[in-house]
Amino acid sequence: MAQPRSAAEIGALYQELILDHYRRPRNKGTLEKADASAEVKNPLCGDEIGLQVAFDGDCVCDLKFSGRGCAISQASASMMTQLVKGKKTEEIDAIWKQFRDLMIGAESDADEAQLGPLRALSGVARFPARVKCALLAWNALESALALRSV
Amino acid sequence: MKLRPDSEFPADLKLRADFPLLVNNPDLHYLDSAATSQKPRVVLDALRDFYETANANPHRGAYALSVRATECYHQARVRIAEFLGVVDSDCLIFTRGTTEGLNLVASAWGMANVASGDEIVVTAMDHHANFVPWQVLAMRRGAKFRVCELTPDGKIDLDFLAGLLNERTKIVAFSHVSNALGTINPIAEIARLVREKTGAILVCDGAQSAPHFPVSFDSLGVDFYAFSGHKMLGPMGIGGLIGKREMLEAMSPYQTGGDMIEFVHDDRTTWNVLPHKFEAGTPNAANAVGLAAAVEYLDNIGMDRVRSHERALMSAAQKRLEAIDGLRIYGPPASERSGVLSFTLGDVHPHDLATILDGEGVCIRAGHHCAQPLMRRLDVPATARASFYVYNDESDIEALVAGILKAREIFGYAPV
Ligand SMILES: Cc1ncc(COP(=O)(O)O)c(C=O)c1O
Repeated sequence: MAQPRSAAEIGALYQELILDHYRRPRNKGTLEKADASAEVKNPLCGDEIGLQVAFDGDCVCDLKFSGRGCAISQASASMMTQLVKGKKTEEIDAIWKQFRDLMIGAESDADEAQLGPLRALSGVARFPARVKCALLAWNALESALALRSV
Repeated sequence: MKLRPDSEFPADLKLRADFPLLVNNPDLHYLDSAATSQKPRVVLDALRDFYETANANPHRGAYALSVRATECYHQARVRIAEFLGVVDSDCLIFTRGTTEGLNLVASAWGMANVASGDEIVVTAMDHHANFVPWQVLAMRRGAKFRVCELTPDGKIDLDFLAGLLNERTKIVAFSHVSNALGTINPIAEIARLVREKTGAILVCDGAQSAPHFPVSFDSLGVDFYAFSGHKMLGPMGIGGLIGKREMLEAMSPYQTGGDMIEFVHDDRTTWNVLPHKFEAGTPNAANAVGLAAAVEYLDNIGMDRVRSHERALMSAAQKRLEAIDGLRIYGPPASERSGVLSFTLGDVHPHDLATILDGEGVCIRAGHHCAQPLMRRLDVPATARASFYVYNDESDIEALVAGILKAREIFGYAPV
């Protein structure tokens, strides 16, 4: 059977920064004028995230998220919006790839610092059942960016 | 149901040693039996024994081994029918589980008997398996789909139900016991109401009742009753649908193929008798034999004792959990519930709670429990659910409470 989790692993999962983003989410709400939006659900648990994005040329100039869910999904959404706001879509693609690697525990030679607050989610990789929660907001962002590029 | 006082039964039946998975994981506190139960060794042995001594395709071979397989399968049906109070065992159709049993009725009875303008009633506490098939049937037939509301403490609102019933009502489907809240529904009262006001058929989802207290189909007063073997110590992939003979005989088959035919002409086919008419293809004989061993095991404990044991655990758990600041329990009072405790803890999301409890070796379910209509009415996206069965004891409650306190600590709540 799967190993029981150690207290250290649980502690690494629920760091203060994550609980802070869970309880005081950044960029939560709706945009007055959005260029693209997406909604994703995790049918297994009912978590849902809506995302609205505004672009300025190649750049995500503003974005907000809505929805509800567990600490991991909400903190991940909050941190993601904080990190990608003001970035070019190709920079965002690179961060997304790196974050996905972090979640599946894959080696990456990219600079970790580029993940900013998202590094606090590294503990999630040890909990395969929760990786989906951490990726939910990113799936919404990916859909919104895809809408934009068609 | 007459019950002896809880105090006569210890909250520990000392059965853990019968369950290999629990023996192999001595630190595991399995509190998710409403999702699926663990299996006692006698069930695993029965499966192996069937394959080692009786395996052949039932009903098909003209040799002794096939006859033996057929006989094992038949005896399993008789034994399980006896356990559920069905005298006419041909009225027990083996299915994959509750979901298939309910879909069978929706399809074979519903498609033939529900017409445009008719009405189908379900309740807001039903599992998706007893909700969606009826919703889809209503859409296909142009019937009205009506959802019975609940009382604030999570019981079927009988006045509301009475208001929904009329001569156009063709089907009333409800669960005997709610998997999300544990509510034990007053089946006799519901049946009386429905019979009084309608000519509707009554379909009972027994997934959460057959495992937990004595059930006698012949005196339930419903037309169909579906259950799942895997929730009552049996294997996955086997369960049953019990129906009244005259209704099953009047119905067309659900699936067609081998075993269920009487004679296949080039231009038409006639059907085999019950129960075969509804069991197309090679049956899951080994699992039926496994389920028969499970009900034998339950009968040896005694279903009254199973219920009393769960009540004792429930009232102990309820007391401990109620004392935790910020913890909210959903559903009716403990005495009106089966061994299910649905709860939330402050602003800790149930998934996070389940992950933290997992860290303490405690398995609970977190989510919508396949009952999204209910969750909407409770106005929560999810709850945490601990559910008890014969192998649980007070140490499981201790671990549950310790895990919840740990979650409070991690989420920065003041110690209690
Ligand atoms: C009340 C209820 N109905 C139906 C089901 C569906 O049972 P199964 O998945 O075994 O078909 C379940 C179990 O998940 C249940 O608890």
